[in-house]
Order: sequence, then structure tokens, then C-alpha cells
Amino acid sequence: MEVKVNANTTKELPIKKSRKKYFGSEAFYGYLFVSPMVLGFFVVMFIPFFYSVYMSLTDWQLLGDPNFIGSENYQRLVHDPDFWEVMKNTLIFSGGLVPINIVIALLLALLLQRNLPGISFFRTAIFIPVMTSIVVWSIIWKYMFGTEEGFINQILGAFGIDGPAWLYDPDLAMGAVIVVSALKNVGLNMVLFLAALQQVDKNLYEASYLDGANKLKQFWHVTLPMITPTVFLTLILTVIGSMKVFGQIYVMTGGGPGNHTKVLVYYIWENAFKLFDFGYASAIAIVLFSIILFFTLIQWGVRKRWVFHEQ
Amino acid sequence: MNNKMRNGIFTKISFYGILTIISLIMIVPFLWMINTSFKDSTKIFTFQLIPDPFRWENFLEVLKSTPFHLFYFNSFYIAVLVTIGTIFLGSLAGYAFAKLKFKGSSLLFLCLLSTMMIPVEVVTIPLFLFMRDLGLINTHVPLIAIPILGPAGVFGVFVMRQFFLLVPKELEEAAKLDGCSYFRIYWSIMLPLAKPAIATLTIFTFLTSWNEFYEPLIYINSKELMTLPLALALFTDEVGTKWELLMSASVMATVPLLIIFFFAQKQFIEGATMTGGK
Repeated sequence: MEVKVNANTTKELPIKKSRKKYFGSEAFYGYLFVSPMVLGFFVVMFIPFFYSVYMSLTDWQLLGDPNFIGSENYQRLVHDPDFWEVMKNTLIFSGGLVPINIVIALLLALLLQRNLPGISFFRTAIFIPVMTSIVVWSIIWKYMFGTEEGFINQILGAFGIDGPAWLYDPDLAMGAVIVVSALKNVGLNMVLFLAALQQVDKNLYEASYLDGANKLKQFWHVTLPMITPTVFLTLILTVIGSMKVFGQIYVMTGGGPGNHTKVLVYYIWENAFKLFDFGYASAIAIVLFSIILFFTLIQWGVRKRWVFHEQ
Repeated sequence: MNNKMRNGIFTKISFYGILTIISLIMIVPFLWMINTSFKDSTKIFTFQLIPDPFRWENFLEVLKSTPFHLFYFNSFYIAVLVTIGTIFLGSLAGYAFAKLKFKGSSLLFLCLLSTMMIPVEVVTIPLFLFMRDLGLINTHVPLIAIPILGPAGVFGVFVMRQFFLLVPKELEEAAKLDGCSYFRIYWSIMLPLAKPAIATLTIFTFLTSWNEFYEPLIYINSKELMTLPLALALFTDEVGTKWELLMSASVMATVPLLIIFFFAQKQFIEGATMTGGK
């Protein structure tokens, strides 16, 4: 093909020649093929991100012109008791969800790693909620937690226990949301851990067995160190995911009772799309971004140190 | 010896015991949902293994009181378009990043990847205003365009690039000597080779779009334009404690997907593993 192009362009001017050579060249097609994604990403992510930073410095509302107000939104954040409660709730959610999720997922992966009859049934059952939409999962669980009509309180009632109003009790609502969220995604982390466990070199088990290590010692000194990179990455991904929780809160509690389950993304959504206080909502969104950036940087830093291990 | 055997049986019992309990916790909500969907509204507070009277009519009532077929259609066609767009643009860019030499290709790729950490929730506010200026609020355009070009699309590029990196160079070289254009190579050689990766990415993308809630909630106001998750969430507010109707609607929204899942389990789980691996 190259030869053909050259033959056709020998009589033309040098500039044209190089231009014509450029069209149809490998580099030209390279740029052409990546351009939709690159341009799209600039329009959909890159520019809006910086625009978001700018908006957080304005008093942008639904109507009227935005004015530049410097750091006023951020000062307002610092003095906003609701914001601090939302931060606290997000931390409680994350602090509850992440350990439950990781520990159960790891336990399940260790159990399901063995090839015993019926294993695939359990694996499927635990993975089903992962496929289900968070809205449906939350609706079902809102019903499960229902004060009179709910499955849980009906079971408790059969034992003569008067079940509480789970989702309307300030002390219980967040716990209920945490459990529902952990159940939803534990199958996902389980699958990631299973994949990591399959990568562990079987010879290591044999060697440690010959050295007289029992099952518990093998887990502690062979399995765990070998899958630590995966566990850590999964942990960070779960933390980041927990910072962005929204659907289950929206469906199950609407942030209530009071403000007891109101979390960051819910607060952003409320300020932006219910109160149309875009400037203030953007400032909260930038806080969310900073938190996620922080965890992403940790992930990158640690991953670099583990590159050798991963190979 | 006897002791050891007893130990083995004990381990097995606790093994199956733990798994059964956890699996039940996962499955019982779905059974409860199906059970209630056939219940009479007066029997909501009574435990019935098989609902009596057994009311198919709940489903008809949902179909009559809401344009459920439209929610279905909207969710379906949006998910199909998002999937096609993601697969096409993702594989095209993935092929270029993996196989074609051009200046700044690794830098561009890194740019794309690093912006994946920007949460969609952060850019949604400017995007909303942007869509408003274009008159695209309360249309399906944002629900289709943003996922294709946003983080989900970049994830597609990443998956496809990783796949194409493994394809041996000889295949392309031969095609190049035959005078194939780069688009031909992509279309007739690379795409067919990438079938396994495309299958996994298809399921993953379709599912993500089908389940998406935040974006429809922000962009859609009219009932007839709603997707299933949005309609269900708002239906919750609307019917209040008519749980039997809410559960019928949930059954209709979930069961088709669960059936597909049983047939394509391997791809589903592979897709999930890939996401974690990013």
C-alpha cells in the first residue's frame, strides 16, 4: 500500500506529498480511532470536572446569574452542622460496611474454593444480588424490614418477640442499610478473592505441609500473604464504593429518620436537584472527589510497592 | 483414625451449614418478593407459604395502572444502544491503543485511565446544566451518551486494549501485506478474534445500564420516559404500602434478568472479576 501511495504522489508538491502520506498512515488511523473516546471523555468528564471546581466558587442557582464568591461555599460547609452529620454518617456507613463485606467475602471465598458437591449452587446464590438492581434489592429489603408486614418481624413475632421499627429507629436504620448493602455486594468481592486464591501456587501448600504446618498456619503464612495485594485493592475499591452510596439510602430511608442516614452523595443530590443550590452542591461534590482521590492515591502508592509481588 | 473421621464430618457439616445460611439470606428476599406478588392485599400481614387467594391479578393491576411496557422498552433500548456504543468505540480505541503506533498514544491512554477516578456524581451537576442548555433534559440522550463516553466507556477501552495486546502481530502483518486498510483489519480480523472479551463486556455494560438509577433520576421527569429502576423507586412513593403491587412490579423487573443470568453465569462472573481487576 505504501508503495502505491508513493507512486501516485511523486509528481506532486512536497507538502502535499507528506500530507497525503499522512492520511492513511498508521498514526492517522491511530488518532482517528481513539478520537471519539478521547473527545467524548473531554466533553463528558474532563471539562465538567474543572467546571465543577469553578461552580463551587460561585453562588450558582437554578435561575439568575452566577456570581464569583471565592471560598464562601467552603466556609459555609465548615459551619454547616448538617454537612458534618452527613460526613459522620458516611464514615459510619463505610466503617460498618467495609469490614463486614471484606471478612464475609474472604470467608466465603475460602469455603467455596474447594471442589465439593453443590459448590456451584452456593456460588450462584451468593452472586444473584450482585446482578440485581440496587433499587429492587432495596425495595425488597425495605419490605423485609417492615415493622408489621416485614418478614423479619414476622419471624421474630413467631418467637414472641416484638420486632422494632427497623428503618424508623434512629439507632437501627443505619445498621439495616449497612447490612443490606453488604449483602448486595459481598458476592462481587467473593469472586475477586476466589480468582486470587486460584492464582496461589499449589507447591507452596505442599512445601508448608511437609514442614508440618496445619491448615490454620497455612492460611496465615501462605494464603494470606499471597492474596494480600488483591485483598488490599478490593478493600480500597469497597471503601471508594461506600463513599458513593446513594440508591439504597434513597429507597430505604430517604436519609431519615431525621438526618440519621443522610450520606454525602444524597446531600449532593438534595442540594443540587431538590434545592437547586448548584454552587454549594458543587463544593460538597469537590469534597467527595478529594476523599476518593485520597484513597486512589493510596491504592496507586501501595500497588507500586507490590508490583514485584504481583508478578 | 476414628477421631479424624469424626473431625472430617464435623468440618463438612459446618461447611455446608455456613454456606446454607448465607445462601438463604440471599435467596429468601427473592422468594418473599415472589410470594407477596401473588398475595391478596388483606393477607399482607399473614404468613402464607402459598398465597391464598392466589392473585395473578396483581400483575394485571400493575400493568394497568402504570405504563410498565414503556419502562421495559426504555430500559431495554437504552441498554442496547449503550452496549453497542461502548463495544464499538471501546474496541476501536482499544485496538488503536494496543496495536497502532502514534505519538502520545500512551499519554492519551493514561489521561483516559486517570480520569476514571472522577466520580460521576461530581461531574453530574455541570453535565446537567450543559444538557439543559442543549434542551436535552427529559430525553434519553444523556442516559445513552454519558455512559458511552464516561468512565464506563473508558473501562471498555481498557478491557479491549488488554485483549488486543495479546493478539500476535503476525496476523495483522499478513493482512497489511494483502493491502487491507486499518479499518478492515479492525473490522474483519480483530473484532471476530475478540468475541470472548466482547461477550463479557456486553453483559457487563448491559447490566450496568439496565440497573442505572442516579442518572435517570436526575434527567427524566416524564413518566413515559422512565426506566425500570427509576419507575420502581418512584412507584414506591406512589403506592405506599401496597406491597403486593410493588412486589409484582419488582418481580417483572427482576425475573427476566435472573433467567438470563442462569444461562450466562460464566460471563457475568468474569465481567465482575474484570471490574475488580482494573
